[in-house]
Amino acid sequence: MEALPEFALARPRTIAELAAARAAHPDAGLLGGGTDLMVNIRRGIVAPKVLIETKGVAALRTIAAAESGFEIGASATLVEIAEHAELRRHFPGVAEAAQSIAGPTQRIMGTLGGNLCLDTRCIYYNQSQWWRAANDHCLKTTGTMCHVAPKSRGVCFATYSGDLAPALMALGAKVELLGPAGQRRLDLAALYIGESRHDGKGKGDGKNFLGLLPGEIVLRVRVEDRGGWRSGYDKMRIRRSIEYPVAGVAVALKREGDALAGLGIAVTGTNPRPVLLEGTEALLGRAPDAAGFAKLDDLVRDQIMAMKTTFTQGFYRRRVAGVLARRLVERLWNI
Amino acid sequence: MPRLLTLTLNGRARSDAVADNLLLLDYLREKLGLTGTKTGCDGGECGACTVLIDDRPVLSCLTLAASCEGRRIDTVEALSADGKLNAVQRGFHEKLGAQCGYCTPGLVMASEGLLRRDPDPDEAAIREALASNICRCTGYVKIIEAVRHAARLRAEAAAP
Ligand SMILES: Cc1cc2nc3c(=O)[nH]c(=O)nc-3n(C[C@H](O)[C@H](O)[C@H](O)COP(=O)(O)OP(=O)(O)OC[C@H]3O[C@@H](n4cnc5c(N)ncnc54)[C@H](O)[C@@H]3O)c2cc1C
Ligand code: SF4
Ligand code: FES
Ligand code: FES
Repeated sequence: MEALPEFALARPRTIAELAAARAAHPDAGLLGGGTDLMVNIRRGIVAPKVLIETKGVAALRTIAAAESGFEIGASATLVEIAEHAELRRHFPGVAEAAQSIAGPTQRIMGTLGGNLCLDTRCIYYNQSQWWRAANDHCLKTTGTMCHVAPKSRGVCFATYSGDLAPALMALGAKVELLGPAGQRRLDLAALYIGESRHDGKGKGDGKNFLGLLPGEIVLRVRVEDRGGWRSGYDKMRIRRSIEYPVAGVAVALKREGDALAGLGIAVTGTNPRPVLLEGTEALLGRAPDAAGFAKLDDLVRDQIMAMKTTFTQGFYRRRVAGVLARRLVERLWNI
Repeated sequence: MPRLLTLTLNGRARSDAVADNLLLLDYLREKLGLTGTKTGCDGGECGACTVLIDDRPVLSCLTLAASCEGRRIDTVEALSADGKLNAVQRGFHEKLGAQCGYCTPGLVMASEGLLRRDPDPDEAAIREALASNICRCTGYVKIIEAVRHAARLRAEAAAP
């Protein structure tokens, strides 16, 4: 029998009980479907003393039409998101992203909250205790150096690989958080702070990649239906199942006649955060032509920074991101 | 910290004292001796540990026993009745869907979950439903035949 480290499990039923459990145990691990957290506990990467299960909180399991959009609770499962007919009709990109995650059994288990807060990944990190000990622990756990970039001076480049965040960010989604100081709402893109800058000017990195305040939890996400927007998600992986992305790209665009009137592009599987590309407005006002795609290539080249944190080379993942973005813009433009 | 866990396992209600950090997989195999459910990997990547919770496939290696309070759990041991294999087991047996057999309980349970939800799946639906389960022997072709055969056997058994 595998001896997991000792921990106590709290099983709140209401948001109030969840908040109380979190307040009593600010260092607790939140347990959604466990498809990320339980793996990391089993590999000795993390060892929280208390786990707080979120799936039993009925109020967070809902996917509901709200005013002019949708609200998805943190405990909604990936299969519920992928198969929600109304959500798919309004925001196909979100359903496509959910459908592309892991395999069917993981999607029955995994939750929105766990997917948004999915730990960043690296070939030197997502390994068993004995593997990591034999190769010297890196600084994302107990070591002092980064094996991917030995001269990183304390910065970690582990890769953010969640698929729902880019799909939601491209649509301008907002996230609602609950913490000791109450609730707050921010742009989902602002939740991700893993900039990993060497010059120390950026905020977080692959180790400290979420902008959650101490004791804060994700409650729900809200996407507005802004009218006339199309969305899609595409991702490349080594196998078609049970596999994290080589790169994943979400596009939301608005076409007015023969001109692009709005464009959001977000990329995962490359940087320590999902990247909402800056500067896409340069493509607006005309059809996506060769000049527009050249501009898009520039944006990807400047903002997508894939390091050797997976078995595929960084430069290849960046090229995949660029190709997927271009294809997806073409597909959505021609719908 | 132990707690009293009450659930329905393979059709029978039971209660056991379990520690909070006990995996469902270890509860089944080590505490109850139900070793049909297999341990294949160290973290959600192979599907050998698949069981059904309320008829849906779940990885027991990433699920805590204590999270299963009040739920209905079926393992591969639940399928045969009166010494007779059920339709999915017969499908795998008769169409050679098992070779070494290590992945088989997991694939059988994922298939059982599929057929309870969709009694007549096409090949695409079968491939999709089994995509969390790895098999290193069969090459999957025989497994897909096995599930189609199982669907026919179930339909025959249900026919008047
Ligand atoms: C073989 C395999 C392949 C996978 N492939 C992919 C993939 O391709 N793409 C992908 O995106 N994911 C993949 N995953 C990861 C995972 O299945 C999904 O990301 C899933 O959505 C995680 O959700 P969960 O509820 O299981 O997370 P959990 O493991 O329960 O939680 C993950 C993290 O989020 C935190 N958390 C959970 N809920 C909240 C909350 N409400 N507020 C704040 N923090 C919270 C947890 O504390 C933990 O740190 C894969 C997993 C496996 C095992
Ligand atoms: S990028 Fe460096 S510090 Fe971060 S997990 Fe990988 S090896 Fe460790
Ligand atoms: S033992 Fe491999 S997925 Fe559970
Ligand atoms: S029969 Fe051997 S792994 Fe599937």
